[in-house]
Amino acid sequence: MQRIINFILSYRNAFLYAFLMLICLVMTIRSHSYHQSKFFNSSKWVSGTIYGTAANISSYFSLREENQRLVTENEQLRRLLFNTAQNQPILLDSTQLDYEVISANVIKNSFSSPRNYLTIDRGENHGIATDMGVITTNGILGIVEHTSSNYATVLSVLNTKSRINAKIKNTDNFGSLEWDAQDYTTVQLKDIPRLVPLVVGDTIVTGAMSSIFPENIPIGVIKKYDLDTSKSFYHIDVELFNDMSNIKNVYLIINKNKKEILELQAKTEDE
Amino acid sequence: MNSTLLINGLRFVLLVLTQVLIFNTLNFLGFINPLVYVIFFYWYPLKSNRAIFMLTAFLLGFMIDFFSDTLAVHSIASLTVAYARPVIMRFCFGVNYEFQNFSFRNTTKIQRLTFLGLLVLIHQVVYFSIEAMSLSHFLLILKKVFTTGIVTLVICALFSSLFSPQSE
Repeated sequence: MQRIINFILSYRNAFLYAFLMLICLVMTIRSHSYHQSKFFNSSKWVSGTIYGTAANISSYFSLREENQRLVTENEQLRRLLFNTAQNQPILLDSTQLDYEVISANVIKNSFSSPRNYLTIDRGENHGIATDMGVITTNGILGIVEHTSSNYATVLSVLNTKSRINAKIKNTDNFGSLEWDAQDYTTVQLKDIPRLVPLVVGDTIVTGAMSSIFPENIPIGVIKKYDLDTSKSFYHIDVELFNDMSNIKNVYLIINKNKKEILELQAKTEDE
Repeated sequence: MNSTLLINGLRFVLLVLTQVLIFNTLNFLGFINPLVYVIFFYWYPLKSNRAIFMLTAFLLGFMIDFFSDTLAVHSIASLTVAYARPVIMRFCFGVNYEFQNFSFRNTTKIQRLTFLGLLVLIHQVVYFSIEAMSLSHFLLILKKVFTTGIVTLVICALFSSLFSPQSE
Protein backbone atom coordinates (compact mmCIF):
# COMPACT_ATOMS: atom_id res chain seq x y z
CA MET A 1 0.00 0.00 0.00
CA GLN A 2 2.82 2.33 0.98
CA ARG A 3 4.45 1.64 -2.37
CA ILE A 4 1.31 2.38 -4.33
CA ILE A 5 0.92 5.69 -2.55
CA ASN A 6 4.58 6.50 -3.15
CA PHE A 7 4.18 5.60 -6.79
CA ILE A 8 1.15 7.84 -7.17
CA LEU A 9 2.88 10.67 -5.33
CA SER A 10 6.00 10.48 -7.45
CA TYR A 11 3.94 10.62 -10.65
CA ARG A 12 1.32 13.02 -9.35
CA ASN A 13 1.85 15.53 -12.16
CA ALA A 14 1.40 12.89 -14.82
CA PHE A 15 -1.76 11.71 -13.08
CA LEU A 16 -3.08 15.23 -12.85
CA TYR A 17 -2.33 15.72 -16.53
CA ALA A 18 -4.08 12.49 -17.48
CA PHE A 19 -7.07 13.36 -15.31
CA LEU A 20 -7.54 16.86 -16.72
CA MET A 21 -6.93 15.55 -20.23
CA LEU A 22 -9.67 12.97 -19.74
CA ILE A 23 -12.13 15.67 -18.67
CA CYS A 24 -11.21 17.77 -21.71
CA LEU A 25 -11.46 14.86 -24.13
CA VAL A 26 -14.88 13.86 -22.84
CA MET A 27 -16.11 17.42 -23.27
CA THR A 28 -14.59 17.71 -26.75
CA ILE A 29 -16.00 14.45 -28.03
CA ARG A 30 -19.40 15.20 -26.58
CA SER A 31 -19.49 18.60 -28.22
CA HIS A 32 -18.33 17.10 -31.53
CA SER A 33 -20.94 14.41 -31.70
CA TYR A 34 -23.87 16.23 -30.18
CA HIS A 35 -24.71 19.81 -29.19
CA GLN A 36 -22.12 22.16 -27.75
CA SER A 37 -21.96 22.21 -23.98
CA LYS A 38 -25.14 23.46 -22.41
CA PHE A 39 -23.43 25.22 -19.53
CA PHE A 40 -20.27 26.61 -21.09
CA ASN A 41 -21.06 28.51 -24.27
CA SER A 42 -20.88 32.12 -25.28
CA SER A 43 -24.59 32.75 -24.80
CA LYS A 44 -23.99 32.94 -21.06
CA TRP A 45 -24.25 36.17 -19.12
CA VAL A 46 -20.51 36.85 -18.63
CA SER A 47 -19.41 36.20 -22.19
CA GLY A 48 -22.59 37.68 -23.65
CA THR A 49 -22.12 40.93 -21.75
CA ILE A 50 -18.45 41.24 -22.74
CA TYR A 51 -19.15 40.48 -26.39
CA GLY A 52 -22.18 42.78 -26.30
CA THR A 53 -20.11 45.70 -25.01
CA ALA A 54 -17.39 45.11 -27.59
CA ALA A 55 -19.96 44.83 -30.40
CA ASN A 56 -21.62 48.03 -29.18
CA ILE A 57 -18.39 49.91 -29.71
CA SER A 58 -17.26 48.30 -32.95
CA SER A 59 -20.68 48.47 -34.62
CA TYR A 60 -20.31 52.24 -35.01
CA PHE A 61 -17.57 51.71 -37.56
CA SER A 62 -19.88 49.96 -40.02
CA LEU A 63 -23.04 52.02 -39.50
CA ARG A 64 -23.06 53.60 -42.95
CA GLU A 65 -22.56 50.29 -44.73
CA GLU A 66 -25.19 48.61 -42.61
CA ASN A 67 -27.70 51.40 -43.26
CA GLN A 68 -27.13 51.09 -46.96
CA ARG A 69 -27.79 47.37 -46.78
CA LEU A 70 -31.02 47.85 -44.87
CA VAL A 71 -32.26 50.53 -47.29
CA THR A 72 -31.59 48.20 -50.21
CA GLU A 73 -33.58 45.53 -48.48
CA ASN A 74 -36.45 47.92 -47.79
CA GLU A 75 -36.44 48.87 -51.44
CA GLN A 76 -36.71 45.21 -52.39
CA LEU A 77 -39.57 44.63 -49.96
CA ARG A 78 -41.45 47.73 -51.17
CA ARG A 79 -41.14 46.54 -54.74
CA LEU A 80 -42.53 43.20 -53.72
CA LEU A 81 -45.37 44.83 -51.82
CA PHE A 82 -46.45 47.18 -54.63
CA ASN A 83 -46.34 44.44 -57.22
CA THR A 84 -48.48 41.89 -55.40
CA ALA A 85 -52.07 41.71 -56.48
CA GLN A 86 -53.93 44.67 -54.99
CA ASN A 87 -57.15 42.80 -54.43
CA GLN A 88 -55.42 40.48 -52.00
CA PRO A 89 -55.97 41.99 -48.56
CA ILE A 90 -52.86 42.22 -46.43
CA LEU A 91 -53.32 40.09 -43.37
CA LEU A 92 -53.24 42.24 -40.30
CA ASP A 93 -54.34 39.59 -37.85
CA SER A 94 -51.08 38.15 -36.59
CA THR A 95 -52.72 34.97 -35.33
CA GLN A 96 -53.34 34.01 -38.94
CA LEU A 97 -49.68 34.12 -39.89
CA ASP A 98 -47.51 31.02 -40.14
CA TYR A 99 -44.18 32.68 -39.43
CA GLU A 100 -43.04 35.36 -37.03
CA VAL A 101 -39.80 37.29 -37.56
CA ILE A 102 -37.55 38.81 -34.86
CA SER A 103 -34.49 40.91 -35.61
CA ALA A 104 -31.17 40.56 -33.78
CA ASN A 105 -27.56 41.73 -33.89
CA VAL A 106 -24.58 39.44 -34.17
CA ILE A 107 -22.17 40.17 -31.32
CA LYS A 108 -19.66 37.42 -32.01
CA ASN A 109 -18.90 35.73 -35.30
CA SER A 110 -16.33 33.14 -36.29
CA PHE A 111 -15.72 31.42 -39.62
CA SER A 112 -12.22 30.04 -39.53
CA SER A 113 -12.62 26.99 -37.32
CA PRO A 114 -14.29 23.75 -38.47
CA ARG A 115 -17.08 24.31 -35.95
CA ASN A 116 -18.28 27.86 -36.06
CA TYR A 117 -20.83 29.49 -33.81
CA LEU A 118 -22.28 32.97 -33.74
CA THR A 119 -23.66 34.76 -30.72
CA ILE A 120 -26.64 37.10 -31.02
CA ASP A 121 -28.05 39.64 -28.60
CA ARG A 122 -31.56 38.18 -28.28
CA GLY A 123 -32.56 35.42 -25.90
CA GLU A 124 -35.42 33.76 -24.08
CA ASN A 125 -36.69 37.14 -22.90
CA HIS A 126 -37.37 38.03 -26.54
CA GLY A 127 -39.02 34.72 -27.35
CA ILE A 128 -36.01 32.91 -28.80
CA ALA A 129 -35.80 29.15 -28.35
CA THR A 130 -33.57 26.34 -29.56
CA ASP A 131 -33.94 25.25 -33.21
CA MET A 132 -35.17 28.50 -34.67
CA GLY A 133 -33.88 29.44 -38.12
CA VAL A 134 -31.59 32.45 -38.52
CA ILE A 135 -31.32 34.32 -41.85
CA THR A 136 -29.89 37.56 -43.17
CA THR A 137 -31.04 39.78 -46.01
CA ASN A 138 -29.11 37.62 -48.47
CA GLY A 139 -29.77 34.11 -47.28
CA ILE A 140 -29.60 31.56 -44.52
CA LEU A 141 -27.13 31.77 -41.67
CA GLY A 142 -27.81 28.95 -39.22
CA ILE A 143 -29.93 27.50 -36.45
CA VAL A 144 -30.21 28.58 -32.79
CA GLU A 145 -28.49 26.06 -30.56
CA HIS A 146 -28.53 27.41 -26.99
CA THR A 147 -30.22 30.36 -25.36
CA SER A 148 -29.81 32.29 -22.13
CA SER A 149 -32.13 35.01 -20.94
CA ASN A 150 -30.59 37.72 -23.15
CA TYR A 151 -28.28 35.96 -25.61
CA ALA A 152 -28.28 32.95 -27.89
CA THR A 153 -25.68 30.94 -29.80
CA VAL A 154 -26.29 30.05 -33.44
CA LEU A 155 -24.90 26.97 -35.16
CA SER A 156 -23.55 28.48 -38.38
CA VAL A 157 -23.93 26.77 -41.77
CA LEU A 158 -20.13 26.83 -41.62
CA ASN A 159 -20.07 24.04 -39.07
CA THR A 160 -19.23 20.44 -39.85
CA LYS A 161 -22.18 19.41 -37.66
CA SER A 162 -24.70 21.47 -39.60
CA ARG A 163 -27.19 19.61 -41.86
CA ILE A 164 -29.77 21.72 -43.64
CA ASN A 165 -32.41 20.54 -46.08
CA ALA A 166 -31.89 22.33 -49.39
CA LYS A 167 -33.14 22.01 -52.94
CA ILE A 168 -32.57 23.39 -56.40
CA LYS A 169 -34.82 26.36 -57.06
CA ASN A 170 -38.04 25.62 -58.99
CA THR A 171 -37.59 21.86 -58.67
CA ASP A 172 -38.31 19.48 -55.84
CA ASN A 173 -34.99 17.66 -55.83
CA PHE A 174 -33.69 18.07 -52.34
CA GLY A 175 -30.41 17.19 -50.65
CA SER A 176 -28.51 17.92 -47.50
CA LEU A 177 -26.31 20.96 -47.07
CA GLU A 178 -23.02 20.34 -45.27
CA TRP A 179 -19.62 21.98 -44.89
CA ASP A 180 -16.21 20.41 -45.41
CA ALA A 181 -14.33 23.01 -43.31
CA GLN A 182 -12.22 24.18 -46.26
CA ASP A 183 -13.47 27.53 -47.48
CA TYR A 184 -15.85 29.92 -45.75
CA THR A 185 -17.47 31.06 -48.98
CA THR A 186 -18.46 27.57 -50.12
CA VAL A 187 -20.67 24.83 -48.67
CA GLN A 188 -21.48 21.39 -50.08
CA LEU A 189 -24.84 20.01 -51.19
CA LYS A 190 -25.08 16.23 -51.19
CA ASP A 191 -27.60 13.53 -52.15
CA ILE A 192 -28.98 15.14 -55.31
CA PRO A 193 -29.59 12.20 -57.71
CA ARG A 194 -27.66 12.18 -60.99
CA LEU A 195 -30.86 12.27 -63.04
CA VAL A 196 -31.35 15.90 -62.14
CA PRO A 197 -30.12 18.28 -64.83
CA LEU A 198 -27.72 20.80 -63.26
CA VAL A 199 -26.15 23.99 -64.60
CA VAL A 200 -23.38 25.98 -62.93
CA GLY A 201 -25.05 29.11 -61.59
CA ASP A 202 -28.33 27.45 -60.59
CA THR A 203 -29.76 28.84 -57.37
CA ILE A 204 -30.00 26.66 -54.27
CA VAL A 205 -32.78 27.44 -51.77
CA THR A 206 -34.04 25.85 -48.56
CA GLY A 207 -36.34 22.86 -48.97
CA ALA A 208 -39.80 22.26 -47.59
CA MET A 209 -38.71 19.29 -45.51
CA SER A 210 -37.65 21.22 -42.44
CA SER A 211 -39.83 22.77 -39.79
CA ILE A 212 -37.08 25.31 -39.09
CA PHE A 213 -36.84 27.32 -42.32
CA PRO A 214 -39.71 28.30 -44.61
CA GLU A 215 -39.36 27.04 -48.16
CA ASN A 216 -37.41 29.01 -50.81
CA ILE A 217 -35.03 31.02 -48.66
CA PRO A 218 -31.96 31.64 -50.83
CA ILE A 219 -28.70 29.90 -49.93
CA GLY A 220 -26.31 30.30 -52.85
CA VAL A 221 -25.47 29.33 -56.41
CA ILE A 222 -23.85 26.20 -57.84
CA LYS A 223 -20.14 26.81 -58.29
CA LYS A 224 -19.02 23.37 -59.37
CA TYR A 225 -20.46 19.84 -59.36
CA ASP A 226 -19.32 16.28 -59.90
CA LEU A 227 -20.49 12.76 -59.06
CA ASP A 228 -19.58 11.23 -55.71
CA THR A 229 -17.78 7.89 -55.33
CA SER A 230 -20.98 5.83 -55.73
CA LYS A 231 -21.59 7.57 -59.11
CA SER A 232 -25.29 7.94 -58.37
CA PHE A 233 -25.39 11.23 -56.49
CA TYR A 234 -23.96 14.66 -57.17
CA HIS A 235 -21.50 16.40 -54.92
CA ILE A 236 -22.20 20.10 -55.42
CA ASP A 237 -20.13 23.08 -54.30
CA VAL A 238 -22.46 25.94 -53.44
CA GLU A 239 -21.18 29.48 -53.24
CA LEU A 240 -23.03 31.26 -50.43
CA PHE A 241 -24.91 34.51 -51.06
CA ASN A 242 -23.96 35.65 -47.58
CA ASP A 243 -20.55 37.07 -46.91
CA MET A 244 -20.02 35.05 -43.74
CA SER A 245 -17.15 37.26 -42.61
CA ASN A 246 -19.30 40.36 -42.45
CA ILE A 247 -22.63 39.88 -40.70
CA LYS A 248 -24.39 42.35 -38.45
CA ASN A 249 -28.19 42.33 -38.66
CA VAL A 250 -29.98 39.00 -38.72
CA TYR A 251 -33.59 37.79 -38.54
CA LEU A 252 -34.90 34.87 -36.55
CA ILE A 253 -37.80 32.90 -37.94
CA ILE A 254 -40.37 31.43 -35.62
CA ASN A 255 -42.53 28.77 -37.22
CA LYS A 256 -45.87 28.88 -35.43
CA ASN A 257 -46.93 25.48 -36.71
CA LYS A 258 -43.73 23.80 -35.60
CA LYS A 259 -45.17 22.29 -32.45
CA GLU A 260 -48.03 20.76 -34.39
CA ILE A 261 -45.69 19.39 -37.08
CA LEU A 262 -43.32 17.86 -34.54
CA GLU A 263 -46.18 16.31 -32.55
CA LEU A 264 -47.61 14.80 -35.66
CA GLN A 265 -44.23 13.43 -36.74
CA ALA A 266 -43.60 11.97 -33.29
CA LYS A 267 -47.00 10.32 -33.33
CA THR A 268 -46.40 8.83 -36.77
CA GLU A 269 -43.01 7.47 -35.76
CA ASP A 270 -44.45 5.86 -32.65
CA GLU A 271 -46.93 3.82 -34.60
CA MET B 1 5.11 36.18 -3.82
CA ASN B 2 1.91 38.13 -3.51
CA SER B 3 2.84 40.48 -6.31
CA THR B 4 3.67 37.51 -8.57
CA LEU B 5 0.20 36.17 -7.94
CA LEU B 6 -1.35 39.54 -8.65
CA ILE B 7 0.65 40.05 -11.84
CA ASN B 8 -0.17 36.59 -13.12
CA GLY B 9 -3.84 37.01 -12.28
CA LEU B 10 -3.93 40.31 -14.14
CA ARG B 11 -2.08 38.76 -17.07
CA PHE B 12 -4.56 35.89 -17.12
CA VAL B 13 -7.58 38.19 -17.40
CA LEU B 14 -5.95 40.55 -19.89
CA LEU B 15 -4.74 37.72 -22.12
CA VAL B 16 -8.18 36.09 -22.19
CA LEU B 17 -9.76 39.41 -23.15
CA THR B 18 -7.09 40.20 -25.77
CA GLN B 19 -7.45 36.76 -27.27
CA VAL B 20 -11.23 36.63 -27.50
CA LEU B 21 -11.90 40.27 -28.37
CA ILE B 22 -8.99 41.08 -30.66
CA PHE B 23 -7.11 38.07 -31.95
CA ASN B 24 -10.11 35.75 -32.42
CA THR B 25 -11.71 38.32 -34.71
CA LEU B 26 -8.54 39.15 -36.60
CA ASN B 27 -9.04 36.61 -39.44
CA PHE B 28 -5.89 37.71 -41.23
CA LEU B 29 -5.99 36.34 -44.81
CA GLY B 30 -9.35 34.84 -43.98
CA PHE B 31 -8.27 32.18 -41.52
CA ILE B 32 -5.26 33.22 -39.41
CA ASN B 33 -6.25 33.89 -35.82
CA PRO B 34 -3.03 33.93 -33.78
CA LEU B 35 -3.31 32.22 -30.40
CA VAL B 36 -1.28 34.77 -28.49
CA TYR B 37 -2.29 33.65 -25.01
CA VAL B 38 0.50 31.07 -25.30
CA ILE B 39 2.79 33.79 -24.04
CA PHE B 40 1.28 33.20 -20.61
CA PHE B 41 3.31 29.98 -20.41
CA TYR B 42 6.45 31.85 -21.42
CA TRP B 43 5.96 34.51 -18.77
CA TYR B 44 4.86 32.22 -15.98
CA PRO B 45 7.46 32.03 -13.16
CA LEU B 46 10.13 29.51 -14.03
CA LYS B 47 10.19 27.84 -10.65
CA SER B 48 6.72 27.02 -9.59
CA ASN B 49 4.53 24.20 -8.42
CA ARG B 50 3.81 22.13 -11.50
CA ALA B 51 0.37 21.04 -10.36
CA ILE B 52 -0.79 24.62 -9.82
CA PHE B 53 0.72 25.60 -13.16
CA MET B 54 -1.21 22.86 -14.96
CA LEU B 55 -4.45 23.80 -13.22
CA THR B 56 -3.91 27.44 -14.20
CA ALA B 57 -3.22 26.41 -17.79
CA PHE B 58 -6.36 24.31 -17.84
CA LEU B 59 -8.38 27.21 -16.52
CA LEU B 60 -6.89 29.62 -19.05
CA GLY B 61 -7.71 27.30 -21.93
CA PHE B 62 -11.15 26.68 -20.52
CA MET B 63 -11.95 30.40 -20.28
CA ILE B 64 -10.98 30.88 -23.91
CA ASP B 65 -13.02 27.83 -24.92
CA PHE B 66 -15.97 29.23 -23.02
CA PHE B 67 -15.81 32.45 -25.02
CA SER B 68 -15.10 30.97 -28.42
CA ASP B 69 -17.53 28.00 -28.26
CA THR B 70 -14.76 25.48 -28.90
CA LEU B 71 -15.25 23.62 -25.68
CA ALA B 72 -12.10 21.94 -24.38
CA VAL B 73 -9.95 22.33 -27.51
CA HIS B 74 -7.97 25.26 -26.13
CA SER B 75 -7.91 23.54 -22.72
CA ILE B 76 -6.26 20.42 -24.14
CA ALA B 77 -3.67 22.48 -26.01
CA SER B 78 -2.72 24.67 -23.03
CA LEU B 79 -2.71 21.72 -20.64
CA THR B 80 -0.28 19.86 -22.89
CA VAL B 81 1.97 22.89 -23.22
CA ALA B 82 2.01 23.31 -19.44
CA TYR B 83 2.84 19.64 -18.93
CA ALA B 84 5.62 19.73 -21.51
CA ARG B 85 7.17 23.02 -20.38
CA PRO B 86 9.86 21.60 -18.03
CA VAL B 87 11.06 19.28 -20.78
CA ILE B 88 11.23 22.13 -23.29
CA MET B 89 13.10 24.25 -20.75
CA ARG B 90 15.69 21.55 -20.17
CA PHE B 91 16.07 21.25 -23.93
CA CYS B 92 16.51 24.98 -24.48
CA PHE B 93 18.52 26.08 -21.45
CA GLY B 94 20.44 22.89 -20.76
CA VAL B 95 21.30 21.77 -17.24
CA ASN B 96 21.59 25.42 -16.17
CA TYR B 97 17.90 25.48 -15.63
CA GLU B 98 18.20 23.04 -12.71
CA PHE B 99 20.28 25.52 -10.70
CA GLN B 100 18.80 27.63 -7.97
CA ASN B 101 19.83 31.02 -9.30
CA PHE B 102 18.66 30.43 -12.84
CA SER B 103 16.61 33.20 -14.41
CA PHE B 104 15.83 34.58 -17.84
CA ARG B 105 18.58 37.16 -17.37
CA ASN B 106 21.39 34.68 -17.87
CA THR B 107 20.05 33.13 -21.08
CA THR B 108 20.76 34.21 -24.63
CA LYS B 109 18.19 35.67 -26.96
CA ILE B 110 18.32 32.59 -29.19
CA GLN B 111 17.58 30.31 -26.25
CA ARG B 112 14.56 32.35 -25.29
CA LEU B 113 13.29 32.46 -28.85
CA THR B 114 13.68 28.67 -29.19
CA PHE B 115 11.80 28.24 -25.93
CA LEU B 116 8.96 30.46 -27.17
CA GLY B 117 8.99 28.80 -30.59
CA LEU B 118 8.66 25.32 -29.15
CA LEU B 119 5.84 26.38 -26.83
CA VAL B 120 3.99 27.88 -29.80
CA LEU B 121 4.66 24.85 -32.01
CA ILE B 122 3.37 22.29 -29.49
CA HIS B 123 0.36 24.42 -28.74
CA GLN B 124 -0.52 24.85 -32.43
CA VAL B 125 -0.06 21.19 -33.34
CA VAL B 126 -2.25 19.98 -30.47
CA TYR B 127 -4.83 22.69 -31.00
CA PHE B 128 -5.40 22.21 -34.72
CA SER B 129 -5.27 18.40 -34.56
CA ILE B 130 -7.89 18.25 -31.84
CA GLU B 131 -9.96 20.91 -33.57
CA ALA B 132 -10.14 18.94 -36.82
CA MET B 133 -10.41 15.62 -34.95
CA SER B 134 -9.68 13.57 -38.07
CA LEU B 135 -6.68 12.84 -40.25
CA SER B 136 -8.64 13.47 -43.44
CA HIS B 137 -7.95 17.16 -42.89
CA PHE B 138 -4.21 16.54 -42.58
CA LEU B 139 -3.15 19.13 -45.16
CA LEU B 140 -5.53 21.69 -43.72
CA ILE B 141 -4.05 21.10 -40.25
CA LEU B 142 -0.52 21.44 -41.60
CA LYS B 143 -1.35 24.65 -43.40
CA LYS B 144 -2.99 26.14 -40.32
CA VAL B 145 -0.19 25.07 -37.96
CA PHE B 146 2.43 26.56 -40.22
CA THR B 147 0.80 29.89 -41.05
CA THR B 148 -0.88 30.60 -37.72
CA GLY B 149 2.22 29.37 -35.90
CA ILE B 150 4.48 31.88 -37.61
CA VAL B 151 2.11 34.79 -37.04
CA THR B 152 1.66 33.75 -33.39
CA LEU B 153 5.41 33.49 -32.90
CA VAL B 154 6.02 36.95 -34.35
CA ILE B 155 3.32 38.55 -32.23
CA CYS B 156 4.44 36.73 -29.08
CA ALA B 157 8.06 37.77 -29.68
CA LEU B 158 6.89 41.37 -30.03
CA PHE B 159 4.82 41.06 -26.85
CA SER B 160 7.71 39.57 -24.91
CA SER B 161 10.04 42.39 -25.86
CA LEU B 162 7.36 45.01 -25.24
CA PHE B 163 6.30 43.78 -21.82
CA SER B 164 9.55 42.33 -20.58
CA PRO B 165 9.22 39.93 -17.63
CA GLN B 166 12.66 40.87 -16.33
CA SER B 167 11.24 44.01 -14.74
CA GLU B 168 9.45 41.94 -12.11
